[in-house]
Amino acid sequence: MRKFLNGPWVLLMPTLIILTCVVLLPLLLSLWTSFTPFKLTKPDTLYRFVGFRNYERLIGDIDFWIAFGRTVLFLAVALNLELVFGLGIALLINKITYGQRTLRTLMMFPMMFSPILVGFQWKYIFNDNIGLMNNFLREFGVIQPIPWLVDGILANTSIMAAEIWSSTSVFAILLLAGLLGIPKDPIEAAKVDGCNSWQVFKNITLPFLMPFVFIAMTIRSLDVARAYDIVQMMTGGGPAKRTELLWTLISRTGYVDAKMGMANAMSYISIFLSIAFTFFFFYKLVEARQRLSYE
Amino acid sequence: MNKKQINNILIWFSAIVLIILIMTPGLWVVLTAFRPQVDVMAKPAVWIPRNLNLIQFETMLFGGSEGSMGRSPIPVLSYLRNSLIISFTSTFIAVLVGTIGGYGFARHNFKHKNKYFLLIMLTRTIPGISLSLPIFIIFSKIGLIDTHIGIILVFVALNIPFTIWLTDGFFRQIPRAMSEVAMTDGCTKLQAFWHIELPLSRSGIASAGIFAFLISWNEYALVSNLARSTDSKTLTVGLMDFTAQFTINWPGMCALAVFIIIPALILTFMVQKHLVTGLTFGGVKG
Repeated sequence: MRKFLNGPWVLLMPTLIILTCVVLLPLLLSLWTSFTPFKLTKPDTLYRFVGFRNYERLIGDIDFWIAFGRTVLFLAVALNLELVFGLGIALLINKITYGQRTLRTLMMFPMMFSPILVGFQWKYIFNDNIGLMNNFLREFGVIQPIPWLVDGILANTSIMAAEIWSSTSVFAILLLAGLLGIPKDPIEAAKVDGCNSWQVFKNITLPFLMPFVFIAMTIRSLDVARAYDIVQMMTGGGPAKRTELLWTLISRTGYVDAKMGMANAMSYISIFLSIAFTFFFFYKLVEARQRLSYE
Repeated sequence: MNKKQINNILIWFSAIVLIILIMTPGLWVVLTAFRPQVDVMAKPAVWIPRNLNLIQFETMLFGGSEGSMGRSPIPVLSYLRNSLIISFTSTFIAVLVGTIGGYGFARHNFKHKNKYFLLIMLTRTIPGISLSLPIFIIFSKIGLIDTHIGIILVFVALNIPFTIWLTDGFFRQIPRAMSEVAMTDGCTKLQAFWHIELPLSRSGIASAGIFAFLISWNEYALVSNLARSTDSKTLTVGLMDFTAQFTINWPGMCALAVFIIIPALILTFMVQKHLVTGLTFGGVKG
């Protein structure tokens, strides 16, 4: 008993109990539910086991795969652009000596916006009737309003713009922290030895920044699903499923169509997607950290 | 002009463009909240605000004034109350539990420590909407749907992992020797924690708290499904509900949006310094 009280477990116990009750047990329930034809309207169906039927149906469900593919593509494009823009912004702010702190603070502006607000503000901006975008274009003679949130490609691009606006600063701030921590000696030594600025960037700055890139990616990967809030606000997955992501599809299947069993099967696939993603970047982070400490 | 000056001008020019891109969308919403409906709907657009007023805020808080449509259709005060109760309570509990857990991770070595840490972080990875489905089923069975307690419970679980991540980093910055000295002088472990390590990591814990508050304040996916009425709906859900309507009162909605952003704005500026150190320290030094 004494050993237990002095050990780590007594400290971790509250955390583990809460996470077990609120996350782990519900996840087990949803795993079970995904093997049943459970519908909210028919409570008895919770106890009928149908094996992999939901998953089999999903494999043949073209709507699901379109949403799945769109989600993966959306994340791949959005995260890469966020990383590139974030790196650019960090390098830019790093160059500025006067007013750097103020710029860094301004940079945090989008981080305060809840995804719902981000969605709202961009829905307003891209509104085809009174939105900032179309009003602005009208000044330049574009009389015909552009249906930003209706056309498939435009709607996805608009959502992407909202997503990038809200999350680039996470990358910028963290990469800037990395840039500020780079020791000056190796850079000066390299310049004395005749390296040009691209070579310095590629061989010194970038390797040093890598752990920060992975921290940013890991932190970001924890909340990629908040794109759900943005999409739900801007288009609700519509019109006609043109902007449907995995998460909006889950929400529609579970709550609107009341097909809980099917929605849980989908959400297991989305959970694995998220976890694989976080795991990958966390592993990369540990690896980069080790490499840095060996050198 | 030499090359360096041109360079400087280019850098400043891009910085200004950047700031405009970052600030405009938010400021446009704030501006709209103070403008009359006529100006917002005008075509061609009215770019320079002609008259600004507080009508939207008045309507929202005190119901309609000056013989307008009567009470505001949006129960903002209920939403605000729910948001405050839920965010404050869940932040308090999450910081309490998370700080204890973070201390456990920072000060103890045990088997598979990194794996447990990762496992706790991974609970945060689960998309809110996926987690909401089973919780919805459980809560409707045990009567926690549409209650503050239910939502607070979920938010606590949501905030613990990140609190552990931050506080773990801050506790590790404090040399172990300090509490060891105190303990050889006769302090118990708890006293050493209370008098030495806790005060030293105060700023870290405070920023973890503000983080947790912001996450709760801004959350939508879970609340929107676990809250059914004004008994527990928060501001974010309220904004969504009324923006999804067929005809949107844009200035009114913008006023509601301003309501949501102001506390977040103040709190983020308060912690911005700790935010960066906390995130990178926990991550880089492993």
